[in-house]
Formats: sequence, C-alpha cells, structure tokens
Amino acid sequence: MKADPTGVLTGSHYLDGDHACCEGALAAGCRFVAGYPITPSTEVVERFARRAPLVEGAIFIQMEDEIASSIALQGAVWAGKKAMTVTSGPGFSLMMEHIGLAAMTETPCVFVDVQRGGPSTGLPTLPGQADMMQARWGSHGDYEIIALSPNSPQECFNLTIDAFNLSEQYRVPVMFMMDECVGHMMERVVIPRADQIEITPRRYTKLPPGQYLPFKPGEDLVPEMFKAGDGYRLHVTGLTHDYRGYPVMEPNVQETLVHRLVDKIRVNAPKIWRYEETDVADADIVVVSYGITSRVAVEAIALARKQGIKVGMLRLIVVWPFPEDRIFELASQGKGFVVAEMNYGQMFYEVDRSARGRAPVVLAGHGGGTVHNIEDIAKKIVEANTCRSKRN
Amino acid sequence: MSVETELKKASLSPTYTEDPGKHPMDGFLRMDRMPHIWCSTCGIGVSVNCFAKALEKCQIPLDQVTVVSGIGCTGRVAGYVKVDSFHTTHGRAIPFATGLKLANPKLKVIVFSGDGDIVAIGGNHFINAARRNIDITVICINNFNYAMTGGQVAPTSPEGSVLSTSPYGNFETPFNLPFLAESVGAVYVARWTSLHIYNQTNSMVEAILKPGFSFIEIIAPCPTIFERQQKMGDGLDRLRWYCENSEIKHEAKTKDVAIGLQNKIIVGKFVDKTRPTYLESMNEHYKEKLGARYKPYEG
Repeated sequence: MKADPTGVLTGSHYLDGDHACCEGALAAGCRFVAGYPITPSTEVVERFARRAPLVEGAIFIQMEDEIASSIALQGAVWAGKKAMTVTSGPGFSLMMEHIGLAAMTETPCVFVDVQRGGPSTGLPTLPGQADMMQARWGSHGDYEIIALSPNSPQECFNLTIDAFNLSEQYRVPVMFMMDECVGHMMERVVIPRADQIEITPRRYTKLPPGQYLPFKPGEDLVPEMFKAGDGYRLHVTGLTHDYRGYPVMEPNVQETLVHRLVDKIRVNAPKIWRYEETDVADADIVVVSYGITSRVAVEAIALARKQGIKVGMLRLIVVWPFPEDRIFELASQGKGFVVAEMNYGQMFYEVDRSARGRAPVVLAGHGGGTVHNIEDIAKKIVEANTCRSKRN
Repeated sequence: MSVETELKKASLSPTYTEDPGKHPMDGFLRMDRMPHIWCSTCGIGVSVNCFAKALEKCQIPLDQVTVVSGIGCTGRVAGYVKVDSFHTTHGRAIPFATGLKLANPKLKVIVFSGDGDIVAIGGNHFINAARRNIDITVICINNFNYAMTGGQVAPTSPEGSVLSTSPYGNFETPFNLPFLAESVGAVYVARWTSLHIYNQTNSMVEAILKPGFSFIEIIAPCPTIFERQQKMGDGLDRLRWYCENSEIKHEAKTKDVAIGLQNKIIVGKFVDKTRPTYLESMNEHYKEKLGARYKPYEG
C-alpha cells in the first residue's frame, strides 16, 4: 500500500540524520514514539514531539527511562499503532530485555540506536559503531533480528521506512543502527509524495475469533497478527508458547517456536540482504564498511587506487542478517578484505567467518570519537594487498 | 456518568451463565488452561474471582478489556483471564499498559501483578504512571514476598519477616503502598485482604470505572511460603487472622496505614478524587496551544 499523506512532509529539505529518521518514521506510518533523552539521538524524539500533535493519530510520550520506552512501544503495537523508540548506547543496553520480548512475541517495531563511543557513558557527543554485535546478540536466548545502517540523512529517511516495512513483513524488532556523524550531519533530504512511498501494512488475520491461532505460522514462517480490542481475547506471553499463545514448558514446544523465530529470518535472509558494491568486479581488495565509515572509506579507496591497488567497496545497508554468501563468493574469487568500522572488530568477525579461510581479512578499526583517518584505512588496504599477494 | 450510577446499574445486571453444568466464571476464564499454578488457599485466585465479578458488574464488553501482567505468581493472572491479555517482562506491565492505553484509549486496561513486580523492579514505572494519571487500574496482590522464586524478602515484607534472603528477619523498612500511591498522584486508592471479597469486588468496579490511575492493594495469604516461614499457620488460619486483625477505616490517612508483622491491617477506600487524565490534559493543552491546527487525539 501507499503511505498515508498526513505524515509525509513532501519536498526538498535540509535536515540532519536524526530529523530525517523522524520524518522517515512518520512517512512509514509510525504514530507512536516512546523515548527518553540521550545524546546523540535526542533530536529524533524532539522532532517527533513537535510533529505528533499536528499529525492525526500520532502521539509522543517521554517515558521515565529506556526500559519503559522499549516496552511502551510494544503495548502500542498490540493496540494497533506502528511504533518506535530511539536511543544511544547506554539506553540501548537498558532496552535489551525488551528486544528479546519483541522477538519472542513477534512484535513488529523499530529500535533506533544513534551510536556514540562506549563502553559505559563513553563519548556522549562523539561517534562510535561498537553496538553492532549488541544489536544482534544483546538479549538473552536465541533469536534473530534485522538491522540496517544508513550513511546519509537521505538514507536515514529512506531506510527508516524500510525498517518499518521489514518489521511488519517478518514481525521482528528492527534495529536502526545510525551513528553520531550520520545523526548530526546536515544534507539535502528529498521526501517524495506519499503515493511514491511503498508501505507494508500490518499482517492482520482475516480469520474470525475461534478459528485463528495467533502463533501458527504461514508459509514464510510468519504468523498473522491480531490486536487488542478486536474481540479475539487472546494471550501473548514472553514465555515459550504454543500456536494458541499459551505457555508450555516443554522442549518440543521450545524447539518448534525458537527454531522458527530463528528460521524466519535465516530462511528469508537472501530476500533481506542488501548491500551496495562499487568497483568490486576487478578488485583485488574489497573494503567492507557501513554508516559514516563507508564515506571515509571511499576516500581511502581512491588513495589506494592512486597507488595502483585495485580496490572495491562493499557497503552494508542491511547489516543483520549478514550477507555471508556474498562475502564467501568474493573470498572464493581470491579477493582480500579490509573491514573498516569504528570499533575494535565486530562486523570484522562476520566477514572473517564468512570468508571461511579463503581470503585475508584485515581490520581497520578504532575506538570511536572521530571518523577514521583516510590514511589509516589506506594503510590497511596495502596490508591486505600484501597478505593477498603472499597467499596467491 | 457517576460511579454511583454505574454501580446501581450494575447491580441490576444478569448473572454470567445460566448453564448449570458450567462454573459461573467460565466465560471469564480460559478453562482449557486449568488447573492453574496457584497453591491451595493462595489469595490470588480469590482476587481473580472478584475481578471476574467486577467486570460483570461494570458491564463493559469483555472485548474492550485488556489485562497486563508482569512476572511472578500474580503475573500469571493474564494467562487465565479470557480477555486480550499480555504477560510481559518483570516489572514492566505498567509501561506496556501505558502504550496500550495511549494507542487505543477505548480499551479498559487493567494491570494485575504482584508487589515485587509493581513496586520493586517496577517502582519507577508505578510512580511515573500515577504521576501522569494514565487511565489504567493497577491491582497489586501483596503477599509480602517473592513467592515464585521460593520466598525472598520483598520491599513490602514487614520488619521481622523471616524469608530465604532475610534468614535472620527483615530489618528494612517496607513500603506503605497506599501512602506511596497517594503521594505520587493516584486518584483512587484502596486496600483489602483476601477475606474482603465483596469490598474487593466493589473497589475493583469503582477503580475500573474511575478515569485515571487507580490502585488497589490486596493483602493475600501465601501459605506455602510466607505464612509457613512466619509460623502463621495455613491460608485458612491467615484468613481468620485477617478477620480478627483487620479494621475497615475508609478515608484513613494513608501515612497511618503501614503494615507490621503482627499489627492490625487497616483496610478501606483511602483516596477517591478527580484530576484530569494524561490524555485529557494532553488534548486540553494542545487545543489551547495549537488551536484549530490540533485535532483532539482519540487513538
């Protein structure tokens, strides 16, 4: 279906990534935001608080903490709203239990994390990219999520819409992994007309009460939803549950449920993977990057090319599920990798795992606080090229 | 429409089921989930029964009723009542309920959870939801301990309570829940014991019909742990004790109703006042600030 025009601010704007993310959410149909102030994400909720009273059916509430925010949005989803919460590292840590709840109860919702330097209070006003593994593994137990990483304000707008659509399609919490630079940089953001924006509606059941089983999956492993107040009078629990939604403390029910929660993303991963390749075909070295670092990497690649090294770029747009098949394919072609990210090795391990020993994988990492020096990435490209030459 | 009118109307309503083969509460409970997990003479089931009666008296269509629970013995209530129900995480039933209510103000949202859930791990949410006057009802079953995990000391355990993590007796000062609820802005505050089934039911009716944040504390026996550990006998002995040692004092000052291990328990309706709910305040405020540009929020 097409976007509801009441939330779409069609036109050409000059926005930072945080504001663009808020507009993306409104365009996607998000009408409920629960948040708690935290730098560098606060501008997202500030804008939503200003916009919500002027968009019919939209409401913002500033909760007492991130724990409350991360579950209030799930209450809103079960009452029929599209909803998100917004935070940064310390708040993201507090939200982990509820990411697990959303995964377990298959509640479609969006968690925005504008990453700053960590651990702990770290660097509140400066960038980091060190929550990438936390986004994937932060809550206890086995589950899968989807995560996206924009590298410009325009993408903050576009991909926020995609984040909502993916959350509805697969009924998973979607992590929107921004960073302080992308959140605070201002660029032109073009917001199209509502009829040019594709929206995935919630997958409500058409079955009447009595015939509908709330956690019985369809062919794509995703069950259809109901909402409170529609007369179904059903139960939703974070306990292991059967098709009826009733708690059952048995290994076979755990196997059926949790295996499906994992498989609904793993099996559908090729449909979810999204990355952008530049000059990869003839490249000896592929720089894998995402977010603001991908824009710095472009300069490093140009520098390395000047030195005669054939370098290409694979920019992750969907970060989780990780496009392991594509990395393996490139590794099998004898290409080496440099993973440039603002941490001491997170997605690096995914690239290394996916290469399965067939290619050298070099980390160009640092602890955050500023973007990479172009020369530092270029040096790693040279290093990877040397490793590759020795191996071949 | 006043609460009094509602109650009068409710007293004329028909009973739940005419079928003699069925339990009168069948329509309110998920009978396919029985037997429940609660111990014999536990007070939680009593309150669920009162809740079903209260819903019947309120004459609210059950399709509009939503029950939210956290984790713990009382946290299991959501799983047994046959309405839309959500069994959330430990301590977080109130913010989940806040999201539900704000997203669809037509829903009647009732939080049913235990003392540890509501005022220990969930204490921050409790005080903030009351402050905001979110239009929900919180029914807190207070059995003075963490029963689901085997009987640990709680912020409600009276001084001297012997529990597994207070093996020499509790030396902390417990919460006085009605005092807490009133001081942070609850518009309706009542306390009853599991013995007071009619009063409890009537309070539930009043609380559910009352716009704003309403709070009912139910003092309930936990015969398997709390009463046994305090050598107070079984659940029935405890009900006898309630009978002899509870005193109904409507409008008692909430600061005076703290609970000691062997003291009298003051019960009654302590607070019943009116102030605008969160959504009423929000709509009023935005109408004033934004004028015709603002369409009142209805969900």
